[in-house]
Amino acid sequence: MRFKNLLLLLIIGLIGFLTLSCKPTTILSVNEVTLLNVSYDPTREFYQAYNAAFAKYWKEKSGETIKFNQSHGGSGKQARAVIDGLDADVVTLALAYDIDAISEKANLLHKNWQTRLPNNSSPYTSTIVLLVRKGNPKNIKDWDDLAKSGISVITPNPKTSGGARWNYLAAWGYAFKKWNNDETKAKEFVAAIFRNVPVLDSGARGSTTTFIERGIGDVLISWENEAFLAVNEFGKGQFEIVIPSVSILAEPPVAIIDRVVDRKGTRKVAEGYLEYLYSQEGQEIAAKNYYRPRLDSVIKKYADKFPKINLFTVDEVFGGWQKAQKVHFADKGVFDQIYQN
Amino acid sequence: MVGGLPSFKIRPIAQQSRSSHLRTESGVIKWILIGVALLYLGIFLILPLACIFTTAFSKGIVAYTQAITEPDALAAIRLTLLTALIAVPLNVIFGIAASWAIAKFDFIGKNFLLTLIDLPLSVSPVISGLIFVLLFGAQGTFGPWLIEHGIKIIFAPPAIILATIFVTFPLVARELIPIMKAQGNDEEEAAITLGASGFKTFMLVTLPNIKWGLLYGVILCNARAMGEFGAVSVVSGHIRGLTNTLPLHIEILYNEYHFSAAFAAASLLALLAIVTLIAKSIIESGMHREIEATQITSGEKR
Repeated sequence: MRFKNLLLLLIIGLIGFLTLSCKPTTILSVNEVTLLNVSYDPTREFYQAYNAAFAKYWKEKSGETIKFNQSHGGSGKQARAVIDGLDADVVTLALAYDIDAISEKANLLHKNWQTRLPNNSSPYTSTIVLLVRKGNPKNIKDWDDLAKSGISVITPNPKTSGGARWNYLAAWGYAFKKWNNDETKAKEFVAAIFRNVPVLDSGARGSTTTFIERGIGDVLISWENEAFLAVNEFGKGQFEIVIPSVSILAEPPVAIIDRVVDRKGTRKVAEGYLEYLYSQEGQEIAAKNYYRPRLDSVIKKYADKFPKINLFTVDEVFGGWQKAQKVHFADKGVFDQIYQN
Repeated sequence: MVGGLPSFKIRPIAQQSRSSHLRTESGVIKWILIGVALLYLGIFLILPLACIFTTAFSKGIVAYTQAITEPDALAAIRLTLLTALIAVPLNVIFGIAASWAIAKFDFIGKNFLLTLIDLPLSVSPVISGLIFVLLFGAQGTFGPWLIEHGIKIIFAPPAIILATIFVTFPLVARELIPIMKAQGNDEEEAAITLGASGFKTFMLVTLPNIKWGLLYGVILCNARAMGEFGAVSVVSGHIRGLTNTLPLHIEILYNEYHFSAAFAAASLLALLAIVTLIAKSIIESGMHREIEATQITSGEKR
């Protein structure tokens, strides 16, 4: 008897729970377009604000209600998920190579995707800076200090994280210029930095959490926007940004996944979504979320927010992403050689 | 009920002799051991549990209820429950079938089947997830066919349910096999010689004998199904409101620095664990009572 009662109770409980929690799904409107934006780690707050603004704009323009779905993770990991069948209408990733990979490996979008929107399809830019604990107790001023012994450096895994690849290339570019284009010196320098890394998280956000929440490490190599977020919001008054003498111009690109939008019939919305990133409002939301805008009027308005840094591009130092990826991050590439030792 | 009466007479005697025996041991050592055990429990179990609930309520009850009733959280709870509701019954059916076959019959490949059942326990959950990506992903074995026919498995609830079934696969069977083996075939053989059909034997003899073990297995299976992170994370695609289960939702909240909300969601899982433990202890006491009762009645018969 007891056994039957228990079993009955369990089943009733489960079904009750499920029906109770199910109520909201019945309110599904028919006139709704859903758009899935697969993005990288630090863009969560930015796209949350942007999606709300765009939904309003689009509703006024076309009368359609858009429901946004967001997925965030390490850029390389996200690209892999899209290749494996995650139905992204648009991808907004950390670097062009990851979108190239989607085009190459799964043929989901056209090879020339990067020419379809202005500025190499990168509506906003960013750079790589250093984040230290308040008062800068280890006196970190530039990339050189990260290679010193006794300094603990936090950066994510370049194999899975786009931000980590920018971090790595920024350090490499600095050393490459410092020692007059000497590759062996640059390699030694970057290897010395990675010897100081106690843990490699899979995405930029994971590294930020490791540094801020778990209190590990003396310095975090980070996206500028993520560093600003940390200083102004997550850990107010506990951290300081150190601007290195030289850094890299990071251009996170956006693209429509042709095969998905054509199948779902969402091409028009998706195109509008990406184009609106270049508008005055889109650019201002980007600037407010600490991404460097492209539009001159917005650049001027937020000029005091972004410090001037001497920036080099991937093309200048590495001859483009394809080459940088092949030499540094492919299997048995320079990063593998460095990290094994 | 008849068997219940004599047990009153027997039990106090047994207890007395046992406790007086204990009292002869050094009292100091006893209390040190109890103290160490309590301290250990406090640090590793009660403190983290208390921490979860205090952080969850750190921004007040309103923030707590908001955190667990916002649409994304509700969707995560729903998906978690749906997953458990599908995975657990399927694994119960499979578990009973497999353990019955293994414990009561002899056949070629029995050991192989046993090893196969254990496989999900010995494989890392990440690999369990990757198996499904390799099978049903767009680049996988069945991927192109599935896309052609508009069927979505990976990065959608079906994959999450499949991965959960895979991971919780052995839990019911593993619980039942030892019980069935210990009970042997005598009662079933008796039933069959008395003319009962196979099905009738199963329903009236085998099933009542294993019911407590079965319930225990169900609870274990359910707890794992709701709490699974690794395998589900690989196949989920992390679309909030659509393919996030409760554990994945907690990770997202944590990564977005919504700590009290993350812990609020975590407290739901912790609550589930506590309910599971209570259910488990009820079942265990029920099991003991029944075992004692049967021992006493069989003792009387002798």
